[in-house]
Amino acid sequence: MLDETLTEQIKGIRDKKYSSAELTETLLDRIKEKSELNCFISTNDNILEEAKAADRELKRGGNKTLLGIPIAHKDIFCAYGTKTTAGSRMLENFVAPYDATVVSNLKRAGAISLGKTNMDEFAMGSSNETSFFGPVRNPWDETRVPGGSSGGSAAAVAARLCSAATGTDTGGSIRQPASFCGITGLKPTYGRVSRWGMIAYASSLDQAGPMALTAEDCAIMLKEMSGHDKKDSTSAQVAVDDYRAFLSRPLGKIKIGIFEPLMKELDFATSLVMEKTIEELEKIGMTFTGIDLPNFSYAIPAYYVIAPAECSANLSRYDGVRFGYRCDGPSDLKELYQRSRTEGLGREVKNRIMAGTFALTSGYYDAFYRKAQQVRRLIKNDFVEAFKKVDVIIAPATPSTAFRLGEKADDPKEMYLQDVYTTSSNLAGLPALSMPAGFVNNLPVGAQLIGNYFDEAQILSIAHQFQSITDWHLTSPDKRT
Amino acid sequence: MINSQWETVIGLEIHVQLSTKSKIFSDASTVFGGEPNEQANEIDLGLPGTLPTVNAEIFPKAIAFGLCIGAEIATTSHFDRKNYFYPDLPKGYQITQMDEPIVKNGCLDIELNNGETRTVRINRAHLEEDAGKSLHDAFPDMTGVDLNRAGIPLLEIVSEPDMRTAEEAVKYAKSIHQLVTYLSISDGNMAEGSFRCDANVSVRKEGERELGTRTEIKNINSFKFLKYAINHEVKRQISLIQSGEKVTQETRLYDSTKNETRSMRSKETATDYRYFPEPDLLPISLDQNHIDQIKKTLPELPLEKMKRYAKEHGLEERDAKFLSNDLELAKFYESCYELNPDSKQIVNWLKGEMFNRLSNVEITIKDSPVSPNQLCDLIRRTSDGTVSITTAKKIFGKLWEGQSFSVDKVIKEEDLAQLSDGSQLDDLIDEAFQNNPKQIEQIKKGKTKILGYFVGLIMKQTAGKANPKQLNDLIVKKINSLK
Repeated sequence: MLDETLTEQIKGIRDKKYSSAELTETLLDRIKEKSELNCFISTNDNILEEAKAADRELKRGGNKTLLGIPIAHKDIFCAYGTKTTAGSRMLENFVAPYDATVVSNLKRAGAISLGKTNMDEFAMGSSNETSFFGPVRNPWDETRVPGGSSGGSAAAVAARLCSAATGTDTGGSIRQPASFCGITGLKPTYGRVSRWGMIAYASSLDQAGPMALTAEDCAIMLKEMSGHDKKDSTSAQVAVDDYRAFLSRPLGKIKIGIFEPLMKELDFATSLVMEKTIEELEKIGMTFTGIDLPNFSYAIPAYYVIAPAECSANLSRYDGVRFGYRCDGPSDLKELYQRSRTEGLGREVKNRIMAGTFALTSGYYDAFYRKAQQVRRLIKNDFVEAFKKVDVIIAPATPSTAFRLGEKADDPKEMYLQDVYTTSSNLAGLPALSMPAGFVNNLPVGAQLIGNYFDEAQILSIAHQFQSITDWHLTSPDKRT
Repeated sequence: MINSQWETVIGLEIHVQLSTKSKIFSDASTVFGGEPNEQANEIDLGLPGTLPTVNAEIFPKAIAFGLCIGAEIATTSHFDRKNYFYPDLPKGYQITQMDEPIVKNGCLDIELNNGETRTVRINRAHLEEDAGKSLHDAFPDMTGVDLNRAGIPLLEIVSEPDMRTAEEAVKYAKSIHQLVTYLSISDGNMAEGSFRCDANVSVRKEGERELGTRTEIKNINSFKFLKYAINHEVKRQISLIQSGEKVTQETRLYDSTKNETRSMRSKETATDYRYFPEPDLLPISLDQNHIDQIKKTLPELPLEKMKRYAKEHGLEERDAKFLSNDLELAKFYESCYELNPDSKQIVNWLKGEMFNRLSNVEITIKDSPVSPNQLCDLIRRTSDGTVSITTAKKIFGKLWEGQSFSVDKVIKEEDLAQLSDGSQLDDLIDEAFQNNPKQIEQIKKGKTKILGYFVGLIMKQTAGKANPKQLNDLIVKKINSLK
């Protein structure tokens, strides 16, 4: 049952091949066995009780989609009565008095939570090395990073500690670790999934999404996670599709756009993977055409102004006054603020707060924040134009395979370039997924599909049909040759 | 000190609490007076992962205000974040409106003492959340934070520097107060902080065109203090300039116990608020039809009301103004008028007995223990001669003190009805004449003034209940028959 996908586990429990409690125990053992990966910040002590309750419900004929399925939540989602740390010392002992909507939606669908997964501090990082709770290791090579910021969720799914997990993606935080860990990860359209109870990094970019082995599993998860939420004004009042039901429908004549300059930047091995992916997609009836995204190269600079600007305000609440870390014996208010924040927040977080504060300072606002917003609009317009010609856009997910722990930790610019293929869809608010597309030097490589607004169904369908003729997504780190 | 060569320039920022059941961005209650932090939920506390959602009740209120000052109502506007650190500001930023306020470019006329009117331009009115309160005296060596006020909806009304004296500033503030209470968009309760003023004050030599350096006096919560604070600040600024010093641009606090202002923070150390659009909320988009609809349902404003009372109720302009100045008073009056259209009598009672008693105990008419029904009963009993005005005032006192609730019951139980029974009065007069032969002799000699003696005697005998006019007439008649 360990190697099974979410879809298979749902069936396994339904068909009484095993109970939820049995599955849970197996996974708990596996988590212990793989503790050196450091995927979890905390585990749920109650989960066996919850699994047994789910088994009883199943016996009574309960038919919730995810009934009794153990999943994991990125530790950025508040869950009632449990610690929610966002990977930070600041929130080391913060216990949320409410559930994030993502958490309550999945609970409503019957899922049970194994625990909270490790992440870059406040989702700021592309390697999971900024976590206060130590880095996560990549199950494919434990000397390497899993990517970030949803590195704990990605590594947990890849190492078969759970079949599905939640993640968040502000500039690539679902897709980059999904690519590094050889799993499927989807960042939905901005507004598709409620942000209530999800600790904010950059509010206009943050979006929660599923991470799992297959597109089908992501489709199942997304349906349960999505929907309008009156607690989040930016959540969309757009009907949620039955993504799973759409998966096998005939796709018809799908036109996929390629932005050539992106492909040319890739190293030889990775570009071979992309070429191979395009060939496979042609086999299932896709046609390819060149598109132009003239402002694409400005995505990283725009992102690294807007995201820090928003984070500089979003993280002001961590001041040591009402909750979270407070320094010892401050002599006055100023010291309380300064030391609580200096001691409670990590280096990368402080860098971004300072960069964002600078970008919003009067006198610099027009040159930085306003300009970045203008660029954002241009990038969005480019995509809108492109989607008049094509149905989906294909792009690499990451510029490289997983790098070594510590390799880029002291070079923020190098680290920021990890997001070069992913941030533009956050700026535009478009849905995008990363799916396993091959290996380079025994390390997974992902390919990215970017869809039109609220058309998650289409990219999931394409990924599903791609996965029906390939098996990259089912290769386990344990079974490498 | 304030001599004629100096001109004062004043602009006001008024924070009006919009009366809503729940807060502007959360569903916590706005009721005043809860235990500290009892009315602050996870959104008001700024807990991680929480998000604001707008309470739609605030928009029609802001629109109604904007329409009444002839302002532009922005069909699209948005919220911004104003960033600064303070313990009573839970999120580290305040959600407000910076570059696109919902109300822009209005004005309000105020009447000056010399009878002229001055137009005060209102630059903008924007929506924002209130901060909490720091409690500096509640704990030794610590500051307490009460976040019940955090997230209370405010409309901040910003005037241009169009006022020239403290009196004008007070007039303007009172007019705004009257308007927002008339529109019922705020309870205007100054003691509870529902209506607070910040005054921007500067001075310049008469005839100068450049404005002087201004100071801002924060959080003034009474009209009296507004006047004191401005006058004090003007004196301070003039004497600074006269002694060769400069006014520093700064924020000052008015201390009502010492009647002085003192520096809070100067501009040099002032925060850069780093405003930017609030990403957690959608832009505000208002439909013109909706705005027009609100325009149609605007209540009658003081001036219209005053004219109607004068024209339709036949009141003197002075009385009509007295009633229409205060919405609650006008409401009370109209309740009375419906029961009894004797407008003159009603206004006399309200101006006299009611006003005196209200001001003695410093309550408003809304809390008057005497109801319109009771007052009208009382007026009816004076008009039909059952009781005299003097007795009626006594009855009013009893109603006020809650000794009784029914006018007629008081009259009956305390036997206050006037003695208007002619034969009974005749008997009393006869008896009095018999018992006072000396006085009768004098009357016979032509000293008719002595009749007052008998009136007084019988009044005393009847404990004031004899109908004075009737008694007078009867005595005159009797005396005439003696001759």
